[in-house]
Order: sequence, then C-alpha cells, then structure tokens
Amino acid sequence: MKILQISVFIENQSGRLYEVTNLLGKNGINIRALSLADTSDFGILRLIVNDPEKAHSMLRENGFTVGRTEVIAVEVPDKPGGLASVLKVLDENKINVEYMYAFVEMSGDCAVMIFRFDETDKALKVLSDNGINTIEGKKIYGM
Amino acid sequence: MIWNEEFETLPREALEALQLRRLQNLVERVYATVPFYKEAFDKKGVKPEDIKSLKDLRKLPFTYKQDMRDNYPYGLFAVPKEQVVRIHASSGTTGKPTVVGYTRRDIGTWAELMARTFTAAGVKKGDVLQNAYGYGLFTGGLGAHYGAELIGASVIPISGGNSAKQVMILKDFGTTAISCTPSYALNLYEVALEEGVNLKDLPVRVGVFGAEPWTNAMRKEIEEKWGIDAIDIYGLSEVMGPGVSFECVEAKNGMHINEDHFIAEIIDPETEEPLEYGQVGELVFTTITKEAIPLIRYRTRDITRLIKEPCKCGRTFVRMEKVTGRSDDMLIIRGVNVFPSQIESILVERKGVQPHYQLVVDRVGNLDTLEVQVEVGEELFSDEIKVLQSIEKGIEKDIKDIIGVSAKVKLVEPKTIQRSEGKAKRVIDKRVMK
Repeated sequence: MKILQISVFIENQSGRLYEVTNLLGKNGINIRALSLADTSDFGILRLIVNDPEKAHSMLRENGFTVGRTEVIAVEVPDKPGGLASVLKVLDENKINVEYMYAFVEMSGDCAVMIFRFDETDKALKVLSDNGINTIEGKKIYGM
Repeated sequence: MIWNEEFETLPREALEALQLRRLQNLVERVYATVPFYKEAFDKKGVKPEDIKSLKDLRKLPFTYKQDMRDNYPYGLFAVPKEQVVRIHASSGTTGKPTVVGYTRRDIGTWAELMARTFTAAGVKKGDVLQNAYGYGLFTGGLGAHYGAELIGASVIPISGGNSAKQVMILKDFGTTAISCTPSYALNLYEVALEEGVNLKDLPVRVGVFGAEPWTNAMRKEIEEKWGIDAIDIYGLSEVMGPGVSFECVEAKNGMHINEDHFIAEIIDPETEEPLEYGQVGELVFTTITKEAIPLIRYRTRDITRLIKEPCKCGRTFVRMEKVTGRSDDMLIIRGVNVFPSQIESILVERKGVQPHYQLVVDRVGNLDTLEVQVEVGEELFSDEIKVLQSIEKGIEKDIKDIIGVSAKVKLVEPKTIQRSEGKAKRVIDKRVMK
C-alpha cells in the first residue's frame, strides 16, 4: 500500500526545524515518523503525519516549500536478519531503494520501515508476491 | 618620467585644437564608412560639418555596448578587413563577445599609450617586466606586451595563472616590474610565502595593475607586502585596451587620460546631459585616432569624475578618479565581467527555478567569490538530496561554461531573499563594504 509522505525544504539555520515542528504541533498534527537528510547548506525533512493533506497545505501557507511523495510502509520481521531478508527480495528483483527510515511503532511482531523506491508500483508487486506485508495509509496515519 | 613629452605636456589650448581637428576628421570618416553611424547621425539630424567646436560633440549620438553586439562581429569596422591586423574581443554578456579590430597603426598607437603608461609608472629600458596579464582574446596581455617592448624593457610574456612558476621566475629572472590584476598580485604574495620567497628581498620595484577596480587600501597592502610602487591603469577593449588612462608614480592620484587619442566626457547617466569637471557621472569616450573601429561617445558605464587641476608630474591631460561603480549593474569578478542578467537567463532556462535569486560577491583571501542564492519553489523541490544537489551542480556548470566564472549555487527557502518595493536588489557586494 502506498502512503503519503510530506517533505519540507529547510535551510541549515538554527531554529528552522523547531519552527516546522512547532507549526505542526499548534495545528494538531502528530508526527508518526520522520527522517532528516542534510547537506552543508540545506536539509530535507521527511514526515509521516496523521493528516498529510492538512500538514501539506498548512506548511505551504506558512511559506515553506513542501512536497508530497508516495512511499511504502513495510513490515519487517523483528529479529536478527529481518531487514536483510526484505532487502534480499528487493535486490533479487533489481528494485532500487532511494532512501529508508524506521517507524517507531510496531505492527504486531514486526518493525515498520518506510521505503522510497524509484519504481513504487513494481516494488509493491514484488513485496506482495514474496509475502511481505505493507501497511495502508489509514492505518499508518493513526498508529 | 614622461614618454612623449611633446603630446603629454601639450598646453591645453593646443591640445583642444588637436582634439577638434581629429574629431572633425573622425566624424567625416565614420559618416562615410560605417553605415551604423551614418544612420545614427541622420536620425539625430547632425552632419559632419556641424562639428565646429569641441562643444558640438554633444550633438553626436551615443554608442552603446549593445550596438557592438547588434553589429557583431565586424559591422562597426571603418576599414576593409584586409587592413585589420589584429582582432580582440571582450567577454560577451550573452555568449557573444564584443569584437574589436586594430589596423597596424592602431597597434602602434596602443603600444605608444602603454609605453606612456609604463614610463609614468617608472618602468624603463633595462627593466625586466613580468607580464602576468592574460594573453589571448583579452586585450591585457598583448596590450601591455607591445608597450613594454617599445620602451625597451625585457618582457617575460608569462600570461596569467601558474602561480608557483610565476614566483620561480620572479626569483630567478631578476624581475624588476610586474603587470597583472591587483588581486592576482596579492595572490602571488601568498604563493611566494608558501614557497619560502619574501618578495621584498627581490629586485621588483614597481607593479602596474589594472583590469579590475581596487581601493587605495589594497594599494597600500600590495606596496607593503611586495615592497614596490603599485600603479593603477585603466582601459577597456572597446575603446583600445589597457592604457586609455594611467597613474604617474609621482602623484599616484588619478589616472591621466590620453586626451590626444580619446575625448573624455562625464555625463549624467539618467538625463544623458554632460556634466562639469569634478562632478561624478558616467565616463564617455570618443576615440579620435582609432582607425579600425572608432567609437563616437561610447558609454563605458563606469562611474567616476574628472580632475582638471594640473598634476605635479607635469602632464596636461585631465585625470580620472578610480572608478567607483557602474551605471549598469555589471560586476567584475576575478577580472571577468558579470551581469546579473546573464545569471538570470541561465536560471530561467532551468525548469522550475524561481525568478528570485541573489548574488553575493565577496573576497576571501585574495580571491573574489560568487555565491548564487536561488529560492527553491515546489516545482524544483525534490525529497531526494541528490536531485537538489544535481540542480546546484548543473547551474554551477552552466555559469562556468557560459560566463566563465566559478560560482557556488546555494538553494535557499522561498521568500528568504529580500523583496524590495522597486527594482529587486540582486547583488550584495561585500567587497565594497570591506
């Protein structure tokens, strides 16, 4: 299942990250998972939130450059070698991972990882063909 | 020291009589040979015979850099191509350079002007001149070269760059005079330090520096670090190249304009009305002896003022102060002419790039730096670092390829670049503030 991720362009300046999270908080938006990728000049804050549409429009209105990307939340067996077993399937099917980060909550016996693939639909099919579960948006946003 | 006593100390009255004669001759010549000028004169309703005094100069039309571009490459030439023995060009603003040509006599005139320049700086026969101006299409290298040879100096045509070798030659060849851009002189000092060479221990006595604006504070720094006299010269390829005007070592106070070859005016760049001596405005040149590509009232865009008071060196030519700015928005970065509009046209060609950008120019150590800040809009934005970085690198490459200057592109958040009520403030030049 594809889920919606919000990404925000942030200059490397003290206080900017606070401003984004503070804005989200004041507007009742809860962050479910996040990752921050950075260079010396700028960073990209990637967020899974409980209400992506609202977060998107609210950040935009406040002058941020915001993007929306479809990512996939994958259940990964919570045991040694669990992530490797998922990546092995992807590798065997020549699916490239653009980036990934962990979700804090568990889903049953599984950890949850957020994946961004260059070919999202193909990745979904490969995962499902190999019996690897993905989590739908509605569930993820409310976790 | 004066190279050409007869002309450089001509009494004002005789000089003006000579200028008028040469101007009348020029006006007749361009009217007959350059269709562009015939058309421009006709449009203003002025005929060559209307020029009866130097004051009548103001009846003539201006020539703009754009006119040279519109007539690229040879449209403004006043002689048949067979008489052109040299072609130079200045860095173009839209990819096309501004082309200038020289007849054999023009080359001689230019050498004469640079001989005056070097002599005024104290360079003479027997000196060893390390000429570190760039050779090539740029007029600096060859312009200085011919002038120095004319006075009998031993010229080392090393051109720009290759700093370690420059220092080696400074040390081994007994260089007594150097010519380059002032910032490169400071750069060479740093390299010499690294090589364990103290420039003060060398026989270098004088430096002739031009091709970019510099301050008196920078002069002091160069003079102290090198242990030399640092002399300022001025020129532009459209008018001739280096040697249009020059400082004398006696006064180091304003550059003598070679008025027997160029008539200088200062105008108000807005109203285009001529201003009095001493008033600050845009410098305009009419080249009264050039054969291949004479120019009528060429708008240099350089802002300065003319000093009429006699100089203690004895020359009667008026002097111009250091150029303090531009009436357009041109920047000189490491000797390269850069217009913000050039950067803008590179940016707008790139899909998704916002029209909001800002140029930050600074000087780090002795090198000019250019940072181009570009606001990231949604069309440009990606959640992948590598995509954004490739946009930065792509713009940097375009700027390097098209303008010829290295820049650092920095993506910034929207609305972070200051908006102004009227004209956007595109440039922050921190060099000016230092």
